[in-house]
Amino acid sequence: MKARTLYDKIWDAHLVKQRDNGTALLYIDRHLIHEVTSPQAFEGLRLAGRRLWRKDANFATPDHNIPTTSAERRQGLAGIKDPVSKLQVHTLDENCKKFNIFELKMNDERQGIVHVVGPEQGATLPGMTIVCGDSHTSTHGALGALAHGIGTSEVEHVLATQCLIQKKAKNMLVRVNGRLMPGVTAKDMVLAIIGKIGTAGGTGYTIEFGGEAIAALSIEGRMTICNMAIEAGARAGLVAVDDTTLNYIKGRPFAPKGELWDQAVVAWKTLVTDDAAKFDQLVELQAEEIEPQVTWGTSPEMVASITGSIPDPALELDAIKRGNIQQALKYMGLEGGTAIQDIKLDCIFIGSCTNSRIEDLREAARIVDGKRVADSIEMALVVPGSGLVKKQAEAEGLDVIFKNAGLEWREPGCSMCLAMNADQLGAGKHCASTSNRNFEGRQGSGARTHLVSPAMAAAAAIHGHFVDVRHLA
Amino acid sequence: MRKFIKEKGVVMPLDRANVDTDFIIPKQFLKSIKRSGFGVNLFDEQRYLDKGEPDSDNSQRPLNPDFVLNQPRYQNAAILLTRDNFGCGSSREHAPWALDDYGFRAILAPSFADIFFNNCFKNGLLPIVLDRALIAGLFEEVTANAGYQLEIDLQEQSIVKPDGTSINFEVDEFCRHSLMNGLDDIGLTLEDAAAIQAFETQWRGQAPWYFTTPENS
Repeated sequence: MKARTLYDKIWDAHLVKQRDNGTALLYIDRHLIHEVTSPQAFEGLRLAGRRLWRKDANFATPDHNIPTTSAERRQGLAGIKDPVSKLQVHTLDENCKKFNIFELKMNDERQGIVHVVGPEQGATLPGMTIVCGDSHTSTHGALGALAHGIGTSEVEHVLATQCLIQKKAKNMLVRVNGRLMPGVTAKDMVLAIIGKIGTAGGTGYTIEFGGEAIAALSIEGRMTICNMAIEAGARAGLVAVDDTTLNYIKGRPFAPKGELWDQAVVAWKTLVTDDAAKFDQLVELQAEEIEPQVTWGTSPEMVASITGSIPDPALELDAIKRGNIQQALKYMGLEGGTAIQDIKLDCIFIGSCTNSRIEDLREAARIVDGKRVADSIEMALVVPGSGLVKKQAEAEGLDVIFKNAGLEWREPGCSMCLAMNADQLGAGKHCASTSNRNFEGRQGSGARTHLVSPAMAAAAAIHGHFVDVRHLA
Repeated sequence: MRKFIKEKGVVMPLDRANVDTDFIIPKQFLKSIKRSGFGVNLFDEQRYLDKGEPDSDNSQRPLNPDFVLNQPRYQNAAILLTRDNFGCGSSREHAPWALDDYGFRAILAPSFADIFFNNCFKNGLLPIVLDRALIAGLFEEVTANAGYQLEIDLQEQSIVKPDGTSINFEVDEFCRHSLMNGLDDIGLTLEDAAAIQAFETQWRGQAPWYFTTPENS
């Protein structure tokens, strides 16, 4: 048999039909649903009088619109002040009830950001095809699943047919050799990858992340990497299955048990790229060379090392690129040539589907332990990715560390990653954020986002500007 | 879905690379549970001088006279001309819904983000990838000539310029067929319901661990 990549193997296993016109029907094992991109899909299903194809493939939780303060959350739906947001969350509840779909509701202890909760519940399994009306669905590739975001028309298509019409993407391998240095994390690695290949570098590809540095990462770290595959233009990111994967999954509620587990493990161990398989493109990085990363502009590819500075647009020869840099610096209120460590912050956001898992919170807490947030910081939020992450963090006393340092400890949700709920950044404010997008207006109208790791965000909170976390003991 | 056969209209240049879906339609408008009415909030942050909310009376909001969409010569534009990686970021289909609702029928760019590109075809919008040099040439022509129009013929896969010359473009055959006939993907897929059923039965036998729930695992 021809040598195949991991992507080839999952694709082949789910191919219902290859059509003559070049498209394929691909079977979908898991469909994750949240409140923002699903209401129109359910409505479409109802209007066309179509049935739901397979109820138990669906898994829902509200995350984008929900409030993150305890006082509001205690009131349930009534705690959502914005009536439009409230209706959207209510609509998800109603649709799940009507179609008999599994839902972790707003105040369920297991609720959270769908990309945190899916893996946590074992609803994400190796070798699955997973979709969700959300571009960060790529996160689930960390467990060796083929996972990507879809639009609402496709959400409806999956509800009605359990399939997607797809064209196969090309294969790219991003290999990170060596080992990360202390203080440098998965977030820095993925920002460095995006800095190298650009935000469209992965367009048309499924990226497999491999190499010694990826294999050494925990599942949480791999999720951070795959989460941002979309920021490099690739709809899906993947990491091969190994013992780290299997150990993470074992015993989770949706994972198979007993004899079925043993059978699954045999199958899952084949979910690696064959040695002789060919990739259409190979990108290599050396982990030791990666320093803590900070974005300075309005696209994730506008990134520099903590020891570096903002590029001077005058030195850019390409006119379009020069224009992009000028536009970004104007929006960010920054000058070319400024040292990254001289960028001052007003706000700190630790959370999002990129960095809100227990490991991220431990990393941030270690930095702020026994210290105080700088006086110049107006707002510093820590938003755990799920109710279970929050519970675990509280059991370890992390909440107390954060609160003592002057950070706010919130309830789980997407929060200020996209600022759809009340957690918004003011115009002109600079935020050190552990999220995934630094687009104009992303965290609030006129708001200025700098993407960093949890440790770097925590260090910036204490110092009021960016500092090299490697030098903090 | 509305058919796309031949469309002629005013071209609006948006001279920016990496236009993301937050830029196309900001998040506060994603709270709607409808799929129409997003056109008045297309490019909201650039288009208006104040911050828009879902309940704003958009007719009373101050317009940004510097933003291209508000310039008199580009009123009623139906074709958007832009730069690389258009539609990057979020998978929100509200982005093509907003473009469509405003009145755009086609988008010309050197490259598009994958999810956005795919979402366009589901909504009767035609995204066309053209060589970077051709796009640069069109930018020059559009800015030099007020009222500049293009005619896009999907049957012929050609773009006819005001001087009568034309540019050919590539489009996926399945997408072209669906657009030209206004076909519904779900209806088409359900014609293969028996094949899906057969696959599912076989898959359930081969990989039963994907069919477990907390109750039966």
